Amino acid sequence: MRELSLHLLDVLENALRAGATHVAVKIDEDAARNLLTMSVRDNGRGMDRDTLGRLGDPFYTTRTEREVGLGIALLRAAAERCNGTLQVASRVGEGTEVTATFQRDHIDRAPLGDVPGTILAALLADPRVDLTLCHRANGRELHFDTRELRAELGDVPLDQPRVRAWIAAYLKQCYTELYDDTPEEEGHAETLVD
Amino acid sequence: MPKLSSISDLRRLREQVQSDLSSRLETGTTITVGMGTCGIAAGARETLQAIMRELGEREIEAHVKTVGCIGMCAKEPLVDIEQAGQPRVTYGNVTADRVARLLDEHLVKGNLVQEWVVARLDSH
Repeated sequence: MRELSLHLLDVLENALRAGATHVAVKIDEDAARNLLTMSVRDNGRGMDRDTLGRLGDPFYTTRTEREVGLGIALLRAAAERCNGTLQVASRVGEGTEVTATFQRDHIDRAPLGDVPGTILAALLADPRVDLTLCHRANGRELHFDTRELRAELGDVPLDQPRVRAWIAAYLKQCYTELYDDTPEEEGHAETLVD
Repeated sequence: MPKLSSISDLRRLREQVQSDLSSRLETGTTITVGMGTCGIAAGARETLQAIMRELGEREIEAHVKTVGCIGMCAKEPLVDIEQAGQPRVTYGNVTADRVARLLDEHLVKGNLVQEWVVARLDSH
């Protein structure tokens, strides 16, 4: 995949297909330790040891439409190509946690890309899911929690056209703030010059 | 400084939506985008964004949802358009750059884009 956020979307889709009603996404860009970590924890139906063992085998899938399940295999390959790992922990009836790590400055490490686009796409797959996002980068932390949105929206669904547009704009703004490195007030720039 | 979004906007949005009669009526149009691994790899997330952008710009109300892989991976991104009383039409290879024409032809002008159709399911 061109962006790591596309792998993230793929894992989120798996979580939703497993019947998750809550998904917790964590992203950590740790420049000091030169690590980029992404994880998705869900409360879906989980996998037994046999299934877990076959996860990542491209010829194993629970789907019936075709014989190939590539998502996890692709993500593992992407992580290992960057001196990283893919770890999957799961318990039947409790849920699953997928964690991918990458050497942050590895030349083959794809950009993280459009995380807001991924989050919105996941919400359109199941607008009733509770989704939390915690993204650490640049010495800051971004938090997003659909429960906070629902507290204001009441029974208006997250995929209502005006709501989905608001979510897209809100997340885009959160990410601009997360990565923004410009000085806070233009007027003060002058005081920095000798 | 551009106006900042905040969660309290949602309270106002909720009031707008609840008082807006046209929103109360179930929109008859549903657009479904395939979002399995194959779809994602083929650019379906970008297709989804283009669809929402076009709907917004043309002020067309439509329900937008995603589904997993249906097995026609070589034709991803797949987009279904279903309008009340019309057959459900599945379009293939709908990359983001094709969305404007697709929505204009199908939703605005009421014509199928035949060369992109991969399936049609007549309504009962």
